[in-house]
Amino acid sequence: MKRYIVKRICISAATLLVILLILFLMLELMPGSPFNDEKLTQSQVALLNAKYGLDKPVFIRFLNYVKNMLSGDFGVSYTISKNTSITTLLSTRLPISIRIGGQAVLMGTVVGLILGLIAALNHNTILDTLTTVISVLGVSLPSYVFALGLSYTLGYQFKWFPLLYQQQEAVKSSVLPTISLAMFTVATVARFTRTEMLEVLGSDYMLLAESKGLPGWRLILIHGLRNALIPIVTVLAPLVVSLMTGSLVVEKIFSIPGIGSLLVTAIQSNDYNVIVTLAFIYSAMYIGIMLAVDILYGLIDPRIRLAKEDDYEQS
Amino acid sequence: MSSHNKETVSFEFKPDDFLMAENHSIGIDRVYPAQSYWKDVLSSFLKNKGAAAGFIAIVFVIFMAIAGPYMNGYTYNEQIIANQNLAPRVPVLEKWGIMDGSETMSTSTGKVTVNRYIDSKKTTGLEKTYYWFGTDVLGRDMFTRTFMGTRISLYIALVAVLVDMCFGMSYGLISGYFGGAVDNAMQRFAEILNGIPTLVIVTLLMLVLKPGLATITLALAITGWIGMNRVARAQVLKLKEQEFILASRTLGAGDFYLIFKEILPNIFGQLIIMSMFSIPNAIFTEAFLAFIGLGVPAPLASLGSLISDAFKSFTTHPFMIISPVVVLAVIMLSFNMLADGLRDAFDPKMKEM
Repeated sequence: MKRYIVKRICISAATLLVILLILFLMLELMPGSPFNDEKLTQSQVALLNAKYGLDKPVFIRFLNYVKNMLSGDFGVSYTISKNTSITTLLSTRLPISIRIGGQAVLMGTVVGLILGLIAALNHNTILDTLTTVISVLGVSLPSYVFALGLSYTLGYQFKWFPLLYQQQEAVKSSVLPTISLAMFTVATVARFTRTEMLEVLGSDYMLLAESKGLPGWRLILIHGLRNALIPIVTVLAPLVVSLMTGSLVVEKIFSIPGIGSLLVTAIQSNDYNVIVTLAFIYSAMYIGIMLAVDILYGLIDPRIRLAKEDDYEQS
Repeated sequence: MSSHNKETVSFEFKPDDFLMAENHSIGIDRVYPAQSYWKDVLSSFLKNKGAAAGFIAIVFVIFMAIAGPYMNGYTYNEQIIANQNLAPRVPVLEKWGIMDGSETMSTSTGKVTVNRYIDSKKTTGLEKTYYWFGTDVLGRDMFTRTFMGTRISLYIALVAVLVDMCFGMSYGLISGYFGGAVDNAMQRFAEILNGIPTLVIVTLLMLVLKPGLATITLALAITGWIGMNRVARAQVLKLKEQEFILASRTLGAGDFYLIFKEILPNIFGQLIIMSMFSIPNAIFTEAFLAFIGLGVPAPLASLGSLISDAFKSFTTHPFMIISPVVVLAVIMLSFNMLADGLRDAFDPKMKEM
């Protein structure tokens, strides 16, 4: 187990380093210098370079860059809000995005589990078909289609929820974005729960538990769902990716002041520093979650851990 | 023992003490005619209604993407400013009161139904004009633009399959077949690349290159093959120790003959399924990029950029967004159903991925 975790952590660290290297090289290779005032003489530029450590060899500069990025010193924004440090830009936006993303994961998993359970327990009935239809739709339609549909009906026509995000009504205005983001998670989790539950319900140990006379809810929740849950953990990592890309669009539609809409604005106005920072933050979050899911997965099910260790030794 | 003999114990059987085994549990051998593998795949594919419907829908969409832009007199980039924001109007349907060119607008005084094609008080000059899906804010025909956009989505689907089939497949096959240090290096590389979110790769590419179809293709090529590589590798690991490979090797077959002539035909089914599943993903990525403004440059249109444009006026003219969204949904749905059906047809045991 230790060996497995150490390997996972090494790979994650390597990935993060590769990303930092790419970002650093992109900054290096961009034309221009920070000191392009024509009044500066050669010696003044040299002094400034020395002051900011730009005269050092590339390797040292890269190390400095890694140190800055990891300690949260991302530099300043160029065009979105001139000379504001990106850390201040992020401090208000990051919590909003994380909150809405978290709500979407929570809602998606819970609703997906319930739908999957209903479908599996009513196999081959109209309820089952209905759940399958919902999950196929949820996987097939991009989250912005849901966002547009919801904001047109519930937001614009019925006026139940605000069309755009309002800071004063944070809870009410995060309902529609959360639902539109969660749809993909709902669909995927429901699909997996259904397949896994059907398999578990047909297994011998469920028959044994049933013949011992266990009450129905205990049978399904403790004996059935618990075993069905394990493979569902595997889909968590891909779901995080879909949430990240989804959040960009959904934040734009509802004008939520989060990091997704910040990235869209930064791309459209070519704010280089902000894009690089957000690329780093997205990658770091993604790598962290992948690592957590992999380790969690190994902890839950020893069989998988052993298989993966084998896989590593073979390869 | 003796006491037992004296007591006569009599058992009486009731009619329901023994039950006939239920009919379905009595094994009756049925003889099926032998079928070749591909025939079997075809017949179980045709039995699956969802998959067949998906297939028909895809054929229809492909037909519309080829012929659609030439079906009426308009071109995708011709702007007729006088005809902007016209609601859909279709010749036969208008008599039934749907798609007759009228749209309901909510104003400060309440809801008003406007028909800009026909006006009883004056001649509008549009009495004989039909825009089947309406026009956009610049007076371009939505029908032509929608199916021009469909072309781009289908092109993306083609790119996804090609990347999967050419690069991902070969990468996985070679990595799995040679094993050892080669495999280790190749898989660690794939793993690190997989650790970078596609979103980040695409954004960074857009900084270096110009937004456009070529950049999107490149982005898909960089990230699209990793899933396929994994499936191909796993399948090779299963097969490469089997006897028929050994037999072929003993007969003097080289590595590449073994990989592409012996192993590949045996795992082709799984690979087709995998590439089918990557199509919706790729279309999705393109539509998403277009929506945040990184799509094909104007006046070209993809479904994503059409949705993005229509979104700006979608509370006033919701019809503009409906046609691209519906076509996109149909494409995604039918590819998903087709992939599901193919999976069941090729390998009934394979579970949901």
